[in-house]
Amino acid sequence: MNITFLLNGETVALQDAAPTQTLLDWLRETRGLTGTKEGCNEGDCGACTVLVTDKIGTRALNACILFLPQLHGRALRTVEGISGPDGALHPVQSAMIEHHGSQCGFCTPGFIASMAAAHLNGETDHDRTLAGNLCRCTGYAPIIRAAKAAQSAPVPDWMTQDRATLNDPDFFWPEISSGGAKGRGADSPPAPVRPKTSDGLARHYAQNPDATLIAGATDIGLWVTKGLRDIAKPVFLADCTDLQQIEVGEDHIRIGAGVNMTRMLGLMAEHHPSYAAMIRRYGSEQVRNAATLGGNIANGSPIGDNPPALIALGATLHLRRAQTRRDIPLEAFFIEYGKQDRAPGEFVEAVSIPRAPDRLRAYKLSKRFDQDISAVCGCFNIAVENGKVARARIAFGGMAGIPKRATHVETALIGQDWNEASITATGPAWAQDFQPLSDMRASGEYRLSTARNMLMRYYLEDSGADVDLHEVTP
Amino acid sequence: MTVSTPLPHDAAALHVTGRARYVDDIPTPAGTLHLAFGLAQIARGRITAMDLAPVRAAPGVVAVLGADDLARDADTSPSAHDEPLLSDGNVHFHGQPIFLVIATSHLLARRAARLARIDYAEDPPILSIEEALAADARFEEGPRVYAKGDAAAAIAGATHRVEGQIEIGGQEHFYLEGQAALALPQEGGDMVVHASTQHPSEVQHKVAHALGRPMNAVRVETRRMGGAFGGKESQANAPAIACAVAADILGRPCKMRYDRDDDMAITGKRHDFRITYRAGFDGDGRISGVEFVQYARCGWSQDLSLPVADRAMLHADNAYHLPQARIESHRLRTNTASATAFRGFGGPQGMLGIERVLDHIAHHLGADPLLIRQRNFYAAMDRGGLSAPRPLPPPEDISGQKKPQTTPYGQEVEDFILHEMTEALVASSDYHARRAEVARWNAAHPVLKKGIALTPVKFGISFTLTHLNQAGALVHVYQDGSVHLNHGGTEMGQGLFQKVAQVAAARFGLETGAIRITATDTAKVPNTSATAASSGSDLNGMAVKAACDAIRSRMVTFLAAYFEGTPGDVIFEDGQVRIGAHVLSFAQAAKLAYEHRISLSSTGFYKTPKLAWDRIKGAGRPFFYFAYGVAVTEVVIDRLTGENRILRADILHDAGASLNPALDIGQVEGGYVQGAGWLTTEELVWDKGGRLRTHAPSTYKIPAASDRPDIFNVSLWDAQNREETIYRSKAVGEPPFMLGISAFLALSAAIAACGEGYPALDAPATAQQVFAALQRQENGV
Repeated sequence: MNITFLLNGETVALQDAAPTQTLLDWLRETRGLTGTKEGCNEGDCGACTVLVTDKIGTRALNACILFLPQLHGRALRTVEGISGPDGALHPVQSAMIEHHGSQCGFCTPGFIASMAAAHLNGETDHDRTLAGNLCRCTGYAPIIRAAKAAQSAPVPDWMTQDRATLNDPDFFWPEISSGGAKGRGADSPPAPVRPKTSDGLARHYAQNPDATLIAGATDIGLWVTKGLRDIAKPVFLADCTDLQQIEVGEDHIRIGAGVNMTRMLGLMAEHHPSYAAMIRRYGSEQVRNAATLGGNIANGSPIGDNPPALIALGATLHLRRAQTRRDIPLEAFFIEYGKQDRAPGEFVEAVSIPRAPDRLRAYKLSKRFDQDISAVCGCFNIAVENGKVARARIAFGGMAGIPKRATHVETALIGQDWNEASITATGPAWAQDFQPLSDMRASGEYRLSTARNMLMRYYLEDSGADVDLHEVTP
Repeated sequence: MTVSTPLPHDAAALHVTGRARYVDDIPTPAGTLHLAFGLAQIARGRITAMDLAPVRAAPGVVAVLGADDLARDADTSPSAHDEPLLSDGNVHFHGQPIFLVIATSHLLARRAARLARIDYAEDPPILSIEEALAADARFEEGPRVYAKGDAAAAIAGATHRVEGQIEIGGQEHFYLEGQAALALPQEGGDMVVHASTQHPSEVQHKVAHALGRPMNAVRVETRRMGGAFGGKESQANAPAIACAVAADILGRPCKMRYDRDDDMAITGKRHDFRITYRAGFDGDGRISGVEFVQYARCGWSQDLSLPVADRAMLHADNAYHLPQARIESHRLRTNTASATAFRGFGGPQGMLGIERVLDHIAHHLGADPLLIRQRNFYAAMDRGGLSAPRPLPPPEDISGQKKPQTTPYGQEVEDFILHEMTEALVASSDYHARRAEVARWNAAHPVLKKGIALTPVKFGISFTLTHLNQAGALVHVYQDGSVHLNHGGTEMGQGLFQKVAQVAAARFGLETGAIRITATDTAKVPNTSATAASSGSDLNGMAVKAACDAIRSRMVTFLAAYFEGTPGDVIFEDGQVRIGAHVLSFAQAAKLAYEHRISLSSTGFYKTPKLAWDRIKGAGRPFFYFAYGVAVTEVVIDRLTGENRILRADILHDAGASLNPALDIGQVEGGYVQGAGWLTTEELVWDKGGRLRTHAPSTYKIPAASDRPDIFNVSLWDAQNREETIYRSKAVGEPPFMLGISAFLALSAAIAACGEGYPALDAPATAQQVFAALQRQENGV
């Protein structure tokens, strides 16, 4: 299979490209476009940020964990293409010079890409849009000044061309002949599979249960760049648009597995703002633009941030193998560390959450506020009726080998008066629910203490006390 | 005049368009090979068997080298010749390079490097300070001691005493560009090396040694680094030597860049310290005596640990006059990556020790720490400050007024300006009113607590190894009037090249656009020192000035004679040279001089005056002058989790008469955030086996954009250096880093507001560390 995309406005057609070659390596080593930098090769520093446009819009993505087939049918713009065709500087480039936003300059192309994406999309929350770009020299202040200075400048013509081209009914991709003299030899990498529908995916995956499903590649990318693994039978899901649907019904919200975190953020901002605030800290703009809800669940990680929130909301997981579908409570999917209730060839199709008055609070505890993996992610959904706890769903990430409900704590709370004494009385239940590990993120003791204190925070917040560190002003 | 103008970084336009070239961006000749190290998977022991056949058989592998395959000892150490490039059979730390893979691509080299089968006989690693002390594993024969008077007696006789201990974590440099080098073999066995290094001369020296050739056979070029912060002072040697050795053996260009995880495992970091202290003081908090014991975890090899630990001792006073002091320093050898230079070079750890003492004293007396600090400041000796006349009177004129106070190592503090600076910042930051408001706010908020702290910085400027305080330059004026500038300093983002170009432009009366900045090159300026110790513009600016002035002086003599004027009539200004009524463009003047056979090229040389230092005795004048700064930080913490946030920082920093205020403010802002990161979120965690668990940005958290203070007011204290530095400016690279200590002590103040005891907060103050201190407070421990 071949890959075609626009690179800084020019059509590129790759024949038999290695399916798990990263975009960053291809840009730097094959194309000699060395403006895009490798800082960490794992999607945490943003030095490799590029702009990827499809018919709907433009996103900033990390090129180091983006595989070439993910670009198929899209338009890519690197720092070299952010200046105009005549060399004119983009407003964010001029502003970065004027405001002394670069020192060593190595992170700068990535910042420029993120800033240009935000500028194009009219985003002005610069702490959010730049959270995925690390700078070690400037202390960020001049970069933020530059971003603010540029935000009101008009979008240059050349920045809108990619989307216009992709939506142009007269535009067509060149045909590349496959096979023949230059065709796939014995040593050629396996062809990437790119199903266009979930039916196609279901059929293929049932027949090839050893295939690897790749949506945003924010996790699997590291298997390649850090694990140095070969990916057996990659299946790229980016074109499965029916997996990317969100249906807001009367009783339930159904979210397709292919919905990325940026869209989740927008969805939750309407329904569960605390969950949205937590997603705002999930990875970074670049990561949220790629990472999918399905991936965050299906990889079974004990420290993914979506499962505890969804479990607290009482989510149902929709699984599918071939034409067979089944629904389970999300918490039942996580059996133990590294083991999920998923049969070979079965995949996560969607998640549903019941619609109910918003009582959810999601608390993410990590060393750094932005773009850090949770030491503890505590999610609380407690209904109080007549001064007593009527229902409680409490779930945590980082506290066990799986995302896990605090069932003993829930039991200790239900039926009790909603007051501080009842919170304190849950004390012994915590150790029954959790025996967290110590690692580089936090000690087990600290995890347990803060998990307990998060319940107190929920109570205090519910009582109207000031408990939000991020609401405090100097 | 071009000096003191806030021009952008010289490469800013290249940075923002992606055209600035770093080592890994240099187009390579066909056939270039790529290198990766195979790394030790234990922290201490011996290799009993090593099977590299699977590595050799891996796709793309051209050669695999172990220590025995090298014709000569390839040593990478900057100091003690104790760091073989590849393990000699002994393993000293987890991640130590054991063998070198040379392959057709970076990825293939990395993949192959994991295929070795190595058997080890493991020994228990020495990791902690306790283990190192128990094993007497140390550098130098015993602890080094600098003393002034009888501190023990002063403490014993004091009205009040405090004692305590602080653990201070290390810090990963996290330069965005990892270590990288490219070696290009030349005819006749010569070698050209492009290295991302702060010290091209040392790379030249070490490569020449590894190749068994004289230094004149090796040329090292460094155009820029993507950040360094001390992490490319000695740590850049290994990849450059590896590339040169492989290129020499195979006769092909060789390139190496460390993958980030490898980089963090292999390279040294800031030394972590434990400091214990005892102090005696009166009821006003005036210190009569202090004792410090500093324990530095140095890692497995000596590297730069001795001067780092020395500098920690030399900053144990920071801004305070200590009448009696004793500083004892242990340089401990551990089975971890060899700790190395990092912005501040031991100064930050030493300074945090005394700032902790001042804070502890204030808490003991229930006083505002600011007042205790001000009472203990060195006496003001100078009329420096905003009202300082320009030019200052020579230092001799004021020497009769009052005898300066001395540091614990006997240097007179002649230029102390922190009294005025502190008063100015207290006023501009509204410190007193805000401190009172913080107390009111805390009384109304049971869960969240605020803290505010002001800390000063006094940082000694000069290499403490005195002979390093020298620099060279090479300047050419071409017959079209364009100027080619070269010097021994390296560009790592600090803007050195622009500042020095501004000096050259000023000497010739030109705009900086007429000055061509060129890559640092050991063939142009030899025997250079590392661009380190904040000395870049002080040393190289002066050397460039000397070179420019030599050329200008020849032009003046010639033009005066040619136009029948006097040398005093010749003026270089606005791109022109005027001799009385005669006005020439600089280009016309250069062409005329050339046609009359005037040499338009010159070297320049500079060595720092007044230095005399005996590091064994701990006595003399190690520093030409001091650079100063002061910061106020306000924070908020959450008692339920220990999470915390910097709300506001106000900084006043002394860059002398700044060569470029924009670039200097950039150093201050960046230094503060990096310093605050060191003391808050940046935590290095090793496991029991000595493996670094925080070896990537996913687990090691440097500040992100939202971690900068919400309100961030940074100003320069615009006053001339009393010493004769380049245009009376001051060094600015390292000193602002230590302004971040104010964030740490503001956190301590917020914790103190939650109980009666002294928080004794350890660094880094992660949420977990703050939470632990809070629990001690609440439980009255």
